[in-house]
Amino acid sequence: MSAEQFFAELRRIYPADRLLTGRAQLAPYESDGLTSFRARPSGVVLPETQQEVIDTVKICHKYEVPFLARGSGTSLSGGSVPIEDGLVIALNRLKRIIRYDAEQRVAVVEPGVINTAVSERAAVDRLYYAPDPSSGPVCTIGGNVAFNSGGAHCLKYGMTSNHVLGMKVVLPDGTVEQLGSDSLEGSGPDLTGMFIGSEGLFGVALEITLRLLPKPEKYYTLQAAYDSLEKAGTAVAMVVASGLLPGAMEIMDRLSMDAADAAIGAGYPKDAKAVLIVELEGTSDEVEAEKPRLHKVIEESGAYIIEAARDDEHRLKIWKGRKSAFSAVGRLSPDFIVQDGVVPRTKLGHALKEIDKLSEQYGIRVANVFHAGDGNLHPLVMFDGRQPGGLEHAEELAGEIIRLCIRLGGSITGEHGVGLEKRAYIGEMYGEDDIEFMQQLRRSVDPLELANRGKKLPSAEAPALTSVGAHPLEKQGIISRE
Amino acid sequence: MITPETFDELQQAVRSVDRVRVRGGGTKNVLSADATISTEKLSGILEYEPSEYTFTALAGTPLKDIAAALAENGQFLPFDPPLVEAGATLGGTVACGLSGPGRFRYGGLRDFFLGVRMVTGDGRVVFGGGKVVKNAAGFDIPKLVVGSLGRFGVLGELTFKVFPAPATWTTIRAEFPDFKSANAAMIRVAMSQEEVYCLDVEPTGAVSIRIGGLGDAQAVRTDRVRSLLDGAQVEISTGEAEQQLWNDIREFRWVPNGHSLIRLPLNPGQVETAEKLLAPQAGPRRYSVGGNLAWIAWSDSAAADSLLTACRELGRKPLPLIGNWSGGVPSAEAGGAFETRLLDIFDPQRKGDLVPS
Ligand SMILES: Cc1cc2nc3c(=O)[nH]c(=O)nc-3n(C[C@H](O)[C@H](O)[C@H](O)COP(=O)(O)OP(=O)(O)OC[C@H]3O[C@@H](n4cnc5c(N)ncnc54)[C@H](O)[C@@H]3O)c2cc1C
Repeated sequence: MSAEQFFAELRRIYPADRLLTGRAQLAPYESDGLTSFRARPSGVVLPETQQEVIDTVKICHKYEVPFLARGSGTSLSGGSVPIEDGLVIALNRLKRIIRYDAEQRVAVVEPGVINTAVSERAAVDRLYYAPDPSSGPVCTIGGNVAFNSGGAHCLKYGMTSNHVLGMKVVLPDGTVEQLGSDSLEGSGPDLTGMFIGSEGLFGVALEITLRLLPKPEKYYTLQAAYDSLEKAGTAVAMVVASGLLPGAMEIMDRLSMDAADAAIGAGYPKDAKAVLIVELEGTSDEVEAEKPRLHKVIEESGAYIIEAARDDEHRLKIWKGRKSAFSAVGRLSPDFIVQDGVVPRTKLGHALKEIDKLSEQYGIRVANVFHAGDGNLHPLVMFDGRQPGGLEHAEELAGEIIRLCIRLGGSITGEHGVGLEKRAYIGEMYGEDDIEFMQQLRRSVDPLELANRGKKLPSAEAPALTSVGAHPLEKQGIISRE
Repeated sequence: MITPETFDELQQAVRSVDRVRVRGGGTKNVLSADATISTEKLSGILEYEPSEYTFTALAGTPLKDIAAALAENGQFLPFDPPLVEAGATLGGTVACGLSGPGRFRYGGLRDFFLGVRMVTGDGRVVFGGGKVVKNAAGFDIPKLVVGSLGRFGVLGELTFKVFPAPATWTTIRAEFPDFKSANAAMIRVAMSQEEVYCLDVEPTGAVSIRIGGLGDAQAVRTDRVRSLLDGAQVEISTGEAEQQLWNDIREFRWVPNGHSLIRLPLNPGQVETAEKLLAPQAGPRRYSVGGNLAWIAWSDSAAADSLLTACRELGRKPLPLIGNWSGGVPSAEAGGAFETRLLDIFDPQRKGDLVPS
């Protein structure tokens, strides 16, 4: 059976404008948010119905053609880079909200629905969909499911998997199955949970049942400046010890502040070595009661400036500074690599010191912005790709940071996924037997390894690195990352 | 029954038996009868770092011990597991996928279970998940085993996320004239911004709402919840009495002798239909977690089949836990292709033996 027959069968489903094979047509699908990986697919299909997706998967299975489900291509780990000569199934046109039920607090959506579109739909009932990746205005629920994406507010309400109750999926051989249901409580093994975070290796999510939450009535956000990173880290531990449970706790170091200042004139205190953002959320009375306790803790933690948001506008300004940091780093350096390691919260201070040492040793600047409440670091490793060996040198440092996270008992990725980028390290986080076991699970579900071949698990084939920097959408100022 | 004392012995035990059924605390007799392996001696908290919000414990650790260790540091298990005082273990609670009424606020057991070291049905030791609160590497094996009733193997070592416990609790119990208006009040509260921990309805028309937080705010918050309960007679409890109220609910002290206890997931829109189907024959029952879960006492003298028929009509699988239940375990039935393919690796010989004869 040949490629010609394969495409002939696809043509029976797709009109010419929804089956792309021309060089220029394929170009936008060659890469993802991690622009250093590129591969050319043999074609891209743009299904408009779930049945078209199912039929496409069946055809791929019949002709043994590997395929990649793609949302908006904002993956930061190479997850949505196509498989060389495979098929890309682009899901952006499957964007119906199939069911919205405020009384039951659920929404059933197709995978191409944009993350923030769910909260927009639910806003009339003061409900929202909690996971808030900063790529929210662009990324899809299907992509979120594949990566178990998170955001700044994971500490209290968790990541994507904590908000998905059920799913209709097509397995890599075309079998369609319903996992979970529309209840908060399950029966039998939690297959929905197992599918989430599998980075597309178990098949394609066609319909996703999301849990909606009532919007917090009130937010109270404060930003505290410290004369050392360590003090900011200690402050986080003190907040945790006080029994308060903030919705978010974020830290930025000096370099990230400089970047944000340069980009949007954020106006951080000039001599601060770190700022900590803490956000309380909840019913207004509870938040009022928590406020003085939070202030007491922050004062005792040695903050020398404490700025509390006066109103919504001020709150958004604080968050804007924080959220601009990533793309702003582009102003300090032509290229950078974003890491996503996790360390136990109590080892944050230690991890930051080690990163500092590595940075000096390599002579490479590393800015640190992180979800301190979760111990999720996002070191930004800066380099100049035009200099010979610049990328490789930076990659080496980035690798050392990942290993540091593993050594401290953490994880190689908190929310961006393994993708292509971190496959080499997953075997250091888990034992050889555990990896072999995962490979076996994958092959049992997908013996031909058609679904997103070459991602997540260690593998021989890997496309070459070319360049690293801001995502094209960041360069256009459409999204920024955390 | 083999009672291993170390992880190695657990692995040996799984390899040596040809039928794996585990007994933890034995609090769910329907599921652990005729067990071949006991986790009784695999007990103890291995790591607990309060400022990490995480702990790791062996599967046979009684929830009571865990709750006590957490309470010393002002923390708790936000999924509010049942049967703590009865002696339920961590492993058994995971295998049955059990959360209590308080899971309404932040999430269920699945949402707080981070990592697992287990022995698969074919005797391999595997590790899944992680020991930190956030981790996106590997397949989420911890989620998979939640509610699995032991079909993938025996859980050995488990890592959980915990939260600081609210300083004070208040319960508002409202008596409505009928079930319909109680159910409507439940939906109002669920959609409100009051952030309640528990939200239970009883067939008599009683709605119980639990709020928690700092003492200073409780009075005002109680009044706000009351304002959603127009037309009901309201009773407020705090302190010891309030604690006892929920303890009795979680320990199923309301289930009369001669009844089995059945757990049944629902969605809030099904609660009224469920009540209509169950009312003629069921014993006492509670619609918990804002209408997402029913706990049903079923009399030994009522036909198991009529409950099974009602569940089928609702499109839901019941899980019997305690009593002389004779209607089998629908939650243990074999699943679809995805589950089967995973099971082919975890337990190729299907040694996991879920349904007691
Ligand atoms: C500026 C910026 C900021 C970001 N901020 C965050 C953040 O705060 N938190 C965070 O977690 N991530 C963040 N990300 C990463 C990224 O946005 C997320 O990983 C997102 O979930 C990807 O969604 P997508 O629609 O772009 O998916 P894609 O990149 O298109 O695909 C990602 C993966 O999902 C798979 N996939 C897509 N749809 C399906 C489906 N229906 N079924 C099965 N598999 C599918 C693909 O095969 C691929 O492996 C950011 C990225 C950028 C560029």
